[in-house]
Amino acid sequence: MPDPGLTLDRVIIQRDGRTLVDISDHVAPGEVLTVMGPSGSGKSTLLSYIIGTLATGFDAAGRVILNGTDITDLAPEQRHVGILFQDELLFPHLSVGENLAFGLRASAKGRAARRAQIDAALEDIGLAGFADRDPETLSGGQKARVALMRMLLSGPKALLLDEPFSRLDTERRDQIRALVFDQARAKGLPVLLVTHDHADADAAGGRVHRLE
Amino acid sequence: MSLRCETTSARARFLPWAPLLTLAIMVGPVVAGVLGTLAPAFGYMPALGGDGINLNAFATLFDWPGITRASTLSITTGIASNALSLLLVALICAAWSGSRAFRIIERMLSPLLSVPHAAAAFGLAFLIAPSGWIARATSPWLTGWDRPPDLLILQDPYGLSLIAGLVVKEVPFLLLMTLAALSQIRTQQARDTALALGYSPVTAWFKTVFPRVYAQIRLPVFAVLAFSMTVVDVSLILGPTTPTTLSVQILKWMNDPDLSMRFLASAAAVWQLALVAGTLLLWRLGEIVIAALGRRWVASGARGGATRAIRALSLTAALLSASAIVFGILGLLVWSFAGFWSFPDLLPGAFTLKTWMRHAMNLWPIVTETLIIASASTLIALLLTLACLEAEERHGLRPGSRALWLLYVPLIVPQIAFLTGLQTLAIFTGVDANRTAVIAVHIVFVLPYVFLSLADPFRAWDARYGHVARALGAGCDGVLWRVRLPMLLRPILTAAAVGFAVSIGQYLPTLLAGAGRVQTLTTEAVALASGGDRRVISVYALSQTALALLPFAFALFVPAIVWRNRKGLRHA
Repeated sequence: MPDPGLTLDRVIIQRDGRTLVDISDHVAPGEVLTVMGPSGSGKSTLLSYIIGTLATGFDAAGRVILNGTDITDLAPEQRHVGILFQDELLFPHLSVGENLAFGLRASAKGRAARRAQIDAALEDIGLAGFADRDPETLSGGQKARVALMRMLLSGPKALLLDEPFSRLDTERRDQIRALVFDQARAKGLPVLLVTHDHADADAAGGRVHRLE
Repeated sequence: MSLRCETTSARARFLPWAPLLTLAIMVGPVVAGVLGTLAPAFGYMPALGGDGINLNAFATLFDWPGITRASTLSITTGIASNALSLLLVALICAAWSGSRAFRIIERMLSPLLSVPHAAAAFGLAFLIAPSGWIARATSPWLTGWDRPPDLLILQDPYGLSLIAGLVVKEVPFLLLMTLAALSQIRTQQARDTALALGYSPVTAWFKTVFPRVYAQIRLPVFAVLAFSMTVVDVSLILGPTTPTTLSVQILKWMNDPDLSMRFLASAAAVWQLALVAGTLLLWRLGEIVIAALGRRWVASGARGGATRAIRALSLTAALLSASAIVFGILGLLVWSFAGFWSFPDLLPGAFTLKTWMRHAMNLWPIVTETLIIASASTLIALLLTLACLEAEERHGLRPGSRALWLLYVPLIVPQIAFLTGLQTLAIFTGVDANRTAVIAVHIVFVLPYVFLSLADPFRAWDARYGHVARALGAGCDGVLWRVRLPMLLRPILTAAAVGFAVSIGQYLPTLLAGAGRVQTLTTEAVALASGGDRRVISVYALSQTALALLPFAFALFVPAIVWRNRKGLRHA
């Protein structure tokens, strides 16, 4: 495979003539690149550009290359880039199990097989038997784990994190952070972490890119 | 905003055209109708031998002895009912917003709003008539009456009972619009600041909040003004008779077997349109004057007082207005089951199912027709609205503030002014007046309400849910059908209920587009008005109310049941 990992090739995002983001970098599989900057600096804008949901009103240029494939012009659902936001954004109308099923690719066939895969996933994150629960009844840490697992089940080839730990209390934060980074490393995923928290950057342990 | 959606299927290719199509469906008939009114008004209607341009019809109109009186009535009832309703709504908000009483008022809004105009008008009529409930409750111990007095309370020549009937229905509508405006502009801080500066609560609200709220509700206020100047069904029930209001007279001329009367009817409709335009202009001038006076009042630094008196006054007025509808409906209920009921007994001597049984067979096909028309027009309006909102999302086709005016076109251009033209056009182009025509015309009025009701919740939906779903592999359609619409179930059903109630309540559009051949509960109930059989009227008006209320109950209970185990959607 040519050049595995996530490559940002001279990505420049402007709004009203002002440059918000100007980045060229390569994130190798299993590596974490942290992008830091104050709020309003365009951190989240960069992530929307990579997943393909950038709002109109921005001028963006530059290529996003994932494992050698240029994904810049693909529809978001064809990019295989997973994202975790600060809020868990579990779909409130679906049960915990259905939320995971939403993530699980349709290539996993058969009701029973899918159900078994979801039960196993729940067990992996210490939530065995939670399939039929209303996501709203879960604690913050539990929701974060479901959100992570839902994304992993969709088989992403890269991981974007938009301050996903800032809502959690200190104890949970370390736990979830470790879980996310371990999973990413184990699966060999390039990770782009956006944060304004130095503790996140330290825990990630990788290179840091600063936005003004 | 998620761009890059699949654009090859027929449905995806249609989507960018949805706003334009919706606009054509909504505004097209209004424009065509106004043209269809203008031409014969100026003498042009080849089918009836009018092929020149002349002012004969207007000459006949202004020779009609009732013209001054009818025109004046239109202006006075419009301005009086609109000003009274607006004042009452402003006072209630100023004196009570944020309180527990206010939350109770808020909860009563939807049911009050969904009671059709005609039913509310009948209810009010049966309350205030000389033999009505109020007279019965106070006779003979207070009034000394042992038979209904010979007083012209209903259909009084000054249109006072008509104004009352309009106010009780306009207050809930304007209040709802005001609440929506209040939730958009954060008003609490401004008001609290003024309170800290020593202003009394009511004065604080009027000086800091009202100007901004009014700017937001101006279009609904204009719509209410135009509506109350030209309303037909309420006017047939509560309005003066000799002469009637202008719009009722136009309808009479339209229905005249002598087809040449259509020249006169069209001229009168154009005149009515001019009156509405003039009165809107007058209202706008009034706004400017009041704004100037208000600025001086603000600059004066007067802190105001009398909070308690205004609180008491506004709550009494609001209760009076709400009970006019509640007791009105209750009165209909009693009349529909009443056996022999002599004056001044408060209740009938006996209750019986006779009236209901006798009319059940006639009622059934009419109920079915009403349901078909309301369901079809609501469904189409809902689909068009959703298509517009989704096009806005996918293609960035967001309407500007000017486009919002277009939504109000069917609500501000008087029905009588363009429906007469539409009927004329229909007759002479050979289009049949049938159920389809009625549905098409209902959509014109249902669409704006469905759109206004659904747009805010649809746009307020957290787009990140969509981004997550896309990142998980769902396409644009998947996001819409599997995430967004289920999450918006409650506001969608509420919008449908609003549309349904609007369709049920339509009188003039049903009558004119159906050429009198399509019978709904509303046309039948209003047609019974002149007969004066209270028991039968009550049966029809109650059925009409029940049909309009039903979808609201649906919108309340269906999401509660479907999402009973989904805490996150309980308040969505």
